[in-house]
Amino acid sequence: MGMTMAEKIIAAAAGESEVKAGDIHTVELDRLMSNDGTTHLTIDMYNQLKEPRIADVNKLVWIVDHNVPCDSAKTAASHKKMRDFAKEHGIRFYEGAGVCHQVMMEKHVTSGELIFGADSHTCAYGAVGAFGTGVGCTDYLYAMVTGKSWLLVPETLRFNLKGKLNDGVYARDLILSIIGMIGANGANYMAMEFGGEGLKTLNMSDRIAVCNLCVEAGAKTALMEVDEITLEYLKAHGREPKYCFVSDGDAVFAHTYEIDLATIRPIVAKPHFVDSVVDAKECVGTHIDEAFLGSCNNGRIEDLRVGAQLIKGKKVHPLVRFLVVPASAEVYRQALSEGIIDTFMEAGAIVMNPNCSVCWGSCQGVIGENEVLISTGTRNFKGRAGHKDSFVYLASAATVTASAIKGEIATADLI
Amino acid sequence: MEKFSGKIWVLGDDIDTDIIIPTEYLALKTVEDMAPYAFSPLRPGLAGQIKKGDIIVAGKNFGCGSSREQAPEIIKALGIQCVIAKSFARIFFRNAINNGLLLIENNRLRDAVSEGDEITVTMNEAIMHKGTKYPITSLPENLMEILEAGGLVKAMQKRNRI
Amino acid sequence: MGLTVIEKIIRNNVGREVKPGEIVTVNVDRVMIHDIFIPFVAAKFEEMGFQKLWDADKAVLIYDHLVPASQVDDTRHFKIGNEFVHKYGMKNIHRADGICHQLMTEAGYVKPGNIVFGTDSHTTTYGCVGAFSSGIGYTEMASILGTGTLWMKVPETIKVNITGTLPKNVMAKDIILRLIGDLGADGATYKALEFSGDTVGQMSVASRMSMSNMAVEAGAKCALFTPDDKTAEYCGITLTDKEKDLAGDSDAQYCRIINYKAEDFVPVMACPSNVDNIKPVSELEGTSIDQVFIGSCTNGRLEDLMAAAEILKGKKVAPFVKLIVTPASRKIYREAIENGTMAVLAQAGAIITHPGCGLCCGRTGGILTDGERVVATNNRNFLGRMGTSKVEIYLASPKSAAACAVAGKIVVP
Repeated sequence: MGMTMAEKIIAAAAGESEVKAGDIHTVELDRLMSNDGTTHLTIDMYNQLKEPRIADVNKLVWIVDHNVPCDSAKTAASHKKMRDFAKEHGIRFYEGAGVCHQVMMEKHVTSGELIFGADSHTCAYGAVGAFGTGVGCTDYLYAMVTGKSWLLVPETLRFNLKGKLNDGVYARDLILSIIGMIGANGANYMAMEFGGEGLKTLNMSDRIAVCNLCVEAGAKTALMEVDEITLEYLKAHGREPKYCFVSDGDAVFAHTYEIDLATIRPIVAKPHFVDSVVDAKECVGTHIDEAFLGSCNNGRIEDLRVGAQLIKGKKVHPLVRFLVVPASAEVYRQALSEGIIDTFMEAGAIVMNPNCSVCWGSCQGVIGENEVLISTGTRNFKGRAGHKDSFVYLASAATVTASAIKGEIATADLI
Repeated sequence: MEKFSGKIWVLGDDIDTDIIIPTEYLALKTVEDMAPYAFSPLRPGLAGQIKKGDIIVAGKNFGCGSSREQAPEIIKALGIQCVIAKSFARIFFRNAINNGLLLIENNRLRDAVSEGDEITVTMNEAIMHKGTKYPITSLPENLMEILEAGGLVKAMQKRNRI
Repeated sequence: MGLTVIEKIIRNNVGREVKPGEIVTVNVDRVMIHDIFIPFVAAKFEEMGFQKLWDADKAVLIYDHLVPASQVDDTRHFKIGNEFVHKYGMKNIHRADGICHQLMTEAGYVKPGNIVFGTDSHTTTYGCVGAFSSGIGYTEMASILGTGTLWMKVPETIKVNITGTLPKNVMAKDIILRLIGDLGADGATYKALEFSGDTVGQMSVASRMSMSNMAVEAGAKCALFTPDDKTAEYCGITLTDKEKDLAGDSDAQYCRIINYKAEDFVPVMACPSNVDNIKPVSELEGTSIDQVFIGSCTNGRLEDLMAAAEILKGKKVAPFVKLIVTPASRKIYREAIENGTMAVLAQAGAIITHPGCGLCCGRTGGILTDGERVVATNNRNFLGRMGTSKVEIYLASPKSAAACAVAGKIVVP
């Protein structure tokens, strides 16, 4: 019987010729990513093991990205623990290089790999057809020590994309629309697989944005068919694919959705749930205190270009704090050379170093009581960006930038 | 306030404003919220031990560093009656007077006392410690006016007749 | 009898000659309030019973310590500040443009001969253009906002005369650190510092700024440089005779005169945990470090970033060491983009943040923990200033700091 992409990757990682949804398999992992959100806890557990060891240190990538630069002695202590351990064991270590998923995409992930990341948005790696999934530190520790883990083979929701996004509509609007359609638990335990002719119209940045956010529908992983765009991206980053899987024609999907990209419109997800989506027009005029352009979801050069083009020659509204945070050092350097950083600085934005920043909500651009943020970040949960009584709207780079200029939620056509 | 006595806490030279109140706590809403963190980089727990009416005796350059007025306000909020030091940094000095916190300069006392001793201060006259008398000078008139009004806010209120 | 610079500035302000020790009431030309203290200034101002500002155009409000906000209550300061600005008709407000002291001079709020007060101890900075400027608390700031005046004691003056040419890799920072070491942390308390000599004449206004900025670390009330052509160019003005006259007279009375030969200076650092604990960098060589910070109102200017970039060009920050760069203002950030400095720093692996006080004020921007050591270009290395009390802070020039970042340990630039 035919297999889905997820089944093929797990079968290869389990050394089986065939697996099917619902099976539990022991798999060999290709890569293990962990960041400063939880690595210090993993290290504490590691140190309590009777015979601590690392199965294959080359699989480990540790990235400090949540609180960079450090905002407290407490986070500094957890970073130090991580840094010292990485140094002692020869683990690949990044600090200040950017948000973990963006760094992984730029430097490590390749098609067909099976990757555990101690962060929920690890599903972003599906953009190049890799099976990335978020795990807790106990799972991570087991994988770190043994190189293996167990995995329940997920069912797959298939999304056939056709057509093309209209001008002024972005991948961000697409994935928010999908989450709105299937709900915040609509893909629980499942893989979300994307294919079809419409996929060819999405560049790698779009694909990362779509896959990254699939966890907000509960997905275990997200996967996109490997094509020329994927191969070109890998080649440009000096990597070869491991496997180039696509689902078989007779693969079994839990459900198949047909999405016409041309029907997608600018979307806003209202507080306090990612699936609380409405047409952006419905939120126009909502007061805001802060706007954020960045994160692993929407902090790439393509997103910054969208914002810069809108704001060039204009100013950030005086009562709005507009934080612009490139997703990685590579993105920052590119933006610097294209004049984009200067454009944002000229407009009055606050341009911070690449890191999780406002999306993580604990060390930069924290919002206060009753304040309102419009963000390209990943989540709008209650209290996510600061005070427990504050409000986060999610939108595309264009809508966020337009709002920063207007001082209230606005779509790009109103600027 | 002509004459008063108190138990003393002894501190060293260059007690800076970051020791008196670290920046980390400066955006707390009130001075009372900040007070428990006073002196925490140097002596965590000291703030909790200080009782109303106690006196701080320190070395030279007390209050050096930033302009944060919370420093004297917190010392006052802890119940400290006065700070006696070999010398004071100038911004701290002004801030203390403006908040009605009495400061006394004395070069010799610090090296003669032990923590927990009791001293008696007679205003504009002398400090008594275990039978030894340490003469003190009086403050300039304009500063005494502010101190006597109960701080600069009260002095300004008087000016604005409220 | 001759007068010192500060005596002339006060004379011009009060309209009569003054002597050190005298208590005078001065008319204030400009005030600066920053975000940390605006809630307190606003509360005291209203508690005092004032209805309006004495002169709204003379007040400047700058958000810098809390930009970007790192704790949930931080934005309350912006809210209160914005309300105060609106209520009292203030126009001079900067919400994310950089550090207060940089903006006060850069944006032209301070001119030679002015008397300026700010709610920050490093307000001494404006002496770089020959202004008398000093830090005060928020209660006094509230009273100035209402009255436009403040009492002060005319300070005695210490004259610091520097002649000759500085060795390569010695920066203004090394001079001021050495001076603080020689004077001690309270060596200039209540006093004015006055700089003279051909070495300071050759210095840029930016370098003078590093020195006047840090004078408060020796307790000084102010630190003055005589306005010259460089000052005029920096301020975008033509100096009047009165401004040109802001030099110490040859028969002026100084409480102390210190003479230095520029050639005798070497790169130095202020070692933990006192600003006057000065040692030559050569004596500290080999000490391992965890982080380097280049920024602050002391050393976050274009020439500082360029000096660092010169050393970092084509090199990388040492493994497991962080280099944090925080330009002092938006204008500087943009100039550093324009001349390629930012690209060099980014290529070397620097973590570049938005202009603001950042790590220097110890709220965020690279806080450290027990057992860590940082080389930093800012102005204070007090216990606990950048994290726990077991963090060791070494203050240095941008050149020294950049060299340390590459080496991963303390080295002479």
